[in-house]
Amino acid sequence: MAEPMGFFTDTSVCIGCKACEVACKAWNQLPARNGGKVQLSGISYDNTVELNGIQWRHVKFIEDFTPDRSTERWLMMSDVCKHCVQAACLEVCPTGAIIRTEFDTVVIQQNVCNGCRSCIAACPFGVIEINPETNTAMKCTLCYDRLQAGMVPACAQACPTQSIQFGPISELRQRAQQRLEQLHAAGVMQARLYGHDESILGGLNAFYLLLDEPGKYGLPANPQLPSRNLAPSAALSAAGAVALGLLGLVGLRKQRMDRLAAEERGQGEGSHAG
Amino acid sequence: MPDSFFTHAPEWRWWIVFYFFIGGIAGGAFALAALLRLFGQPGDRPISRLGYYIAFPGSIISGILLILDLKRPERFWHMLIQSETFRPAFKWWSPISVGSWGLLAFGFFSFLAFVGALAEIGWLPRGLSGLIQGRLGVAVNVLGGLSGFFLAGYTGVLLSTTNRPLWSDTVWLGLLFLVSGFSTGAALLLLLSWRSNTPTIRWLKELDTWTLMLELVVLVILLASVGMAVLRPVLFNAWGVLLLVGVVLVGILVPIALHFRPVLGRLTVPSAAVLVLVGGFILRVVMLLSSEAV
Repeated sequence: MAEPMGFFTDTSVCIGCKACEVACKAWNQLPARNGGKVQLSGISYDNTVELNGIQWRHVKFIEDFTPDRSTERWLMMSDVCKHCVQAACLEVCPTGAIIRTEFDTVVIQQNVCNGCRSCIAACPFGVIEINPETNTAMKCTLCYDRLQAGMVPACAQACPTQSIQFGPISELRQRAQQRLEQLHAAGVMQARLYGHDESILGGLNAFYLLLDEPGKYGLPANPQLPSRNLAPSAALSAAGAVALGLLGLVGLRKQRMDRLAAEERGQGEGSHAG
Repeated sequence: MPDSFFTHAPEWRWWIVFYFFIGGIAGGAFALAALLRLFGQPGDRPISRLGYYIAFPGSIISGILLILDLKRPERFWHMLIQSETFRPAFKWWSPISVGSWGLLAFGFFSFLAFVGALAEIGWLPRGLSGLIQGRLGVAVNVLGGLSGFFLAGYTGVLLSTTNRPLWSDTVWLGLLFLVSGFSTGAALLLLLSWRSNTPTIRWLKELDTWTLMLELVVLVILLASVGMAVLRPVLFNAWGVLLLVGVVLVGILVPIALHFRPVLGRLTVPSAAVLVLVGGFILRVVMLLSSEAV
């Protein structure tokens, strides 16, 4: 297996140019329109709004005001599939369409996916959606085809500020740590890394440097695997099945006792002769 | 904001609502029929046959609904067979994978019981009645009953094994759907046989009342386990009203009251059964679509 590869996205230098979005769409031949509808969000500079089946990179424009609106700032972040080391989508996929590649990235095989959409409900980051042109689940492949040819993913290559950096995870983690220390030394104490270590889903192969809490960027603080609920949920259901079965048996026993008692009293059970 | 609100909705809508409802009834009806076969009297046989008549068509409809819900229906078989290697596709930790096999198993056993039941009443060669009688009958009923319980309950486990609001914020949905499947299965059996007044019918009525009480308890525990941070945006709206009126009042409390005070005379039993079915359907609607609406 090749070395784990991924993205380090430094949001502190993102300028919201959307070159990554365009490069992603161009390389992956993703449609600009969603099923024929012209997409203009009408809010902010953000016309793509979310990650979905035809937008595998999405630049978030977060207008951050203080409660009295005396000061404001823009937070920008190029969002993408996190290629989790413990991936929720891969865990629940019933068909085996979602695989882990030799680069430790997560890819949906388009010829296998049957559009059951369990991966959409499982992804804690809201990354996956159905592509309306193929009717299969789609998301960033971390340019699997380019990686196999030894190339850099399209978005990272297009990024003019090196907000999106591509490379071996171990190297990116060192780089991220250095950048964090640099920002802290400059007094940006709110700067933090997200997904750079194993605390989030075993590590995110696309991890971030953020300038505020994850929630402000629309990222969950403590994302978890769907399977955390499987054993307790199944155990409760099994216990319920036993309880219902016993409830039925107690009733049948009572019915039998009543019948025997009635027979002892010499009364026939004409209506219950079968 | 709770973490489950950062996710996208899978858009499991009406096909799945109907599947959860019909699958629950089919599973519950077979489980009840199996209980009657394995532990009941010869007089219980007509009702147990009715359970088999419900279960097999229910399993067929369930399969069709699930296929229709796929975005690529022609690839439904990928659930059971790996399309690349043609080996069986089975992941015990993926509820949809296990559920696909569970539905297949339920369809198989309910088909055997269906054939056995038709043989018992003489519509098919008598020899085939061995499918629900004797040793083979015990095996069919035990395995079919277990897969029936599974079918009624796994759908809730499936919803909990996601990261979506409400569904993944509780581990009680599987139990709730199981109990509801059992009660709606009993209700449909009662509705189709209410004119007779056999001990089996009385057993079903008693059992359904107890099951409804259990359902109410489980529903209360479920809502308490979810927590206010999730309940407020998901159910403090029209969905919550529908849950209270359609499920708690119409589907549970009124049928229980009718059991203890049969004010509608001969129509009490079918009326209560209809209300239980309506409540069971609305339960699936609210649990599925309230989260989808977030």
